Amino acid sequence: MDLLEYQGKQFFASYGIPVSAGEATGTVDEAVAIADRVGYPVVVKAQVHTGGRGKAGGVKLAENADECRTHAANILGLDIKGHIVNTIWIENASDIAEEYYASFTLDRSAKQHLGMLSAEGGVEIESVAESNPEAIAKIHIDPVVGLTPDACRAWVEAANLNPAATEGAVDILTKLYTAYVEGDADLVEINPLILKPTGEVHALDAKVSLDGNATFEHPDYEQYDATQPRDEREEAAHAKGLQYVGLDGSVGVIANGAGLAMSTVDVVNQVGGSPANFLDIGGGANADVMAGALEVINNDTAVKSIFINIFGGITRGEEVANGIIEAMKRVSISSPIVIRLDGTNANEGRAILEPHLNEQLMMESTMLDAARRAVALAATGDAN
Amino acid sequence: MSIFVDENTKVIYQGLTGSQGRYYGLLNQEYGTKVVAGTNPKKAGTDVEGIPIYATVAEAMEATGATASCIFIPAPGVKGAVLEAAEAGIEFIVAITEGVPAHDEAYFYNKLKADHPNTQLLGPNCPGIISPGKANIGITAGHIAKAGGPVGIVSRSGTLTYQALYELKQKDIGVTTCVGIGGDPVPGTSFIDCLAAFEADPDTKAVMMIGEIGGSAEEEAAEFIKANMTKPVSSYIAGVTAPPGKKMGHAGAIVSGGKGTAKAKMEALTDAGVKVGDNPTEAGELMAEIVAAL
Repeated sequence: MDLLEYQGKQFFASYGIPVSAGEATGTVDEAVAIADRVGYPVVVKAQVHTGGRGKAGGVKLAENADECRTHAANILGLDIKGHIVNTIWIENASDIAEEYYASFTLDRSAKQHLGMLSAEGGVEIESVAESNPEAIAKIHIDPVVGLTPDACRAWVEAANLNPAATEGAVDILTKLYTAYVEGDADLVEINPLILKPTGEVHALDAKVSLDGNATFEHPDYEQYDATQPRDEREEAAHAKGLQYVGLDGSVGVIANGAGLAMSTVDVVNQVGGSPANFLDIGGGANADVMAGALEVINNDTAVKSIFINIFGGITRGEEVANGIIEAMKRVSISSPIVIRLDGTNANEGRAILEPHLNEQLMMESTMLDAARRAVALAATGDAN
Repeated sequence: MSIFVDENTKVIYQGLTGSQGRYYGLLNQEYGTKVVAGTNPKKAGTDVEGIPIYATVAEAMEATGATASCIFIPAPGVKGAVLEAAEAGIEFIVAITEGVPAHDEAYFYNKLKADHPNTQLLGPNCPGIISPGKANIGITAGHIAKAGGPVGIVSRSGTLTYQALYELKQKDIGVTTCVGIGGDPVPGTSFIDCLAAFEADPDTKAVMMIGEIGGSAEEEAAEFIKANMTKPVSSYIAGVTAPPGKKMGHAGAIVSGGKGTAKAKMEALTDAGVKVGDNPTEAGELMAEIVAAL
């Protein structure tokens, strides 16, 4: 789950990390009221799940109420790379002496946490990594040991920040690591981490991604679920508890298991088609789940054909077949369906499907043949 | 021979009294796995179809001499269950449960490495392990695998593992052991652990490796294969056409910043001499060619 900047800042603040005074709002009037509270000058910042806000005109400095009103009105409703701005964050503007970069994430290769700190902040860390990798001080942290005070200090010193920033950086990074671990974050990033002319160190931005698997430990994370960027189809699938990713094509894909679903998307592409989605219905494939999946796909107007790719493991072929037939009774499907059913008791399952086959419901015995047929049907559907 | 588990492996099921644990535990027993005990602190002294339930893994080990455990406990309890099994001295832990937080996984992976180096963890979020005809620990449908050899399978995906087993069975090719390492960010057992074990197993003559997008485990495996494997390997990587930044079902399956793409993985494997198929069927056919040439 990716947090918006203001959510990330509130998350940081709850761990004692200094952030600018500010509040979020969706209206111009409230924006001005917030600005009065936090004190001018203020920065008006668009809250969207995408980068490049500044270039798109989504971040503006306001010296007074009139400017704040103008900027808030312009930014609210702005389209930034397809993301419409509904929320803006108004914060007291900071004086900046220097800009740094700091983050923690999991290094999957090392199977340890990785901290990165750089004196070259305010720009994309990927470009620093390419142009000047020595400018990034890295530290690997054993999760069992944690980030010790000595290790943290040595790491900060290795990053060659302004010596005036050392104490503040050690303090913030210690808190940031705590936030990362206790908050079950996949990523916490401060870019820029700033040194003010007055000597304080301060998080001027916040990028936080939380582990969706850890919500049982953090019931309050439900609030972030509502602001996740999902298109209409993804929202509908999410409400049904389905693993769905929207794509741009015309072949609706339903498969059981993440790997097989990915593979199905690949195969549709390989035979010259384009998938409308990735949808994993999990191992079971019962009628309820299948009906939900068909409903989501059926509501996608771009879909011209549907490819159901099921491999029966523990779930037997006849259960899968009955599930599909039952689901089709419940949902009125507009596009033709091609089924490939393989695995445990595939023959029994196919025998159950056999009497129901017609130009609306077809069956192929291999994944490739089924993909070809679904793609051909989608092409016909497009022509109509 | 087989790797990690065989017909003599005695297994404790942590969570045998739950619905999933009971269902798969009994199916595994029916397959021939030595399911010797279950654990549940609240149901000690009872049994599941004659399989005794103990309060702790340590007590179950003491009573049965088991060396392996299989975890069917809900995600919030997995960290505790893995550590309990390791502290009791279990040598091989299979954690089936999905949805375990990545920080928990990183913690118990490193804890085991430091304090229990003789314990091998498989998973979490994996289908388990099957040495066909000998033992099946987890949720793989046993009858889709042909026993014997000469092929060993290692896979990050559940259904694609079944697909691979099935494709090989259709071609009448046997499997020594099939290991599902799972699709999470910190798998207890890596591709390399399995490749090394297959390389050392005299009955395994070739290896089929099924990967997917995200992380760099396949690239690391490719380096290992190039440097250490004498046995032929065929492979398939799922997610060639996955969009960047989107989580494709598995927590670990995400292409970020141009890293972890299927293309990069396929190139690394091809460069290491691995026969890489464009889809599971093709990978199966490549393996059939390899087996025919053995």
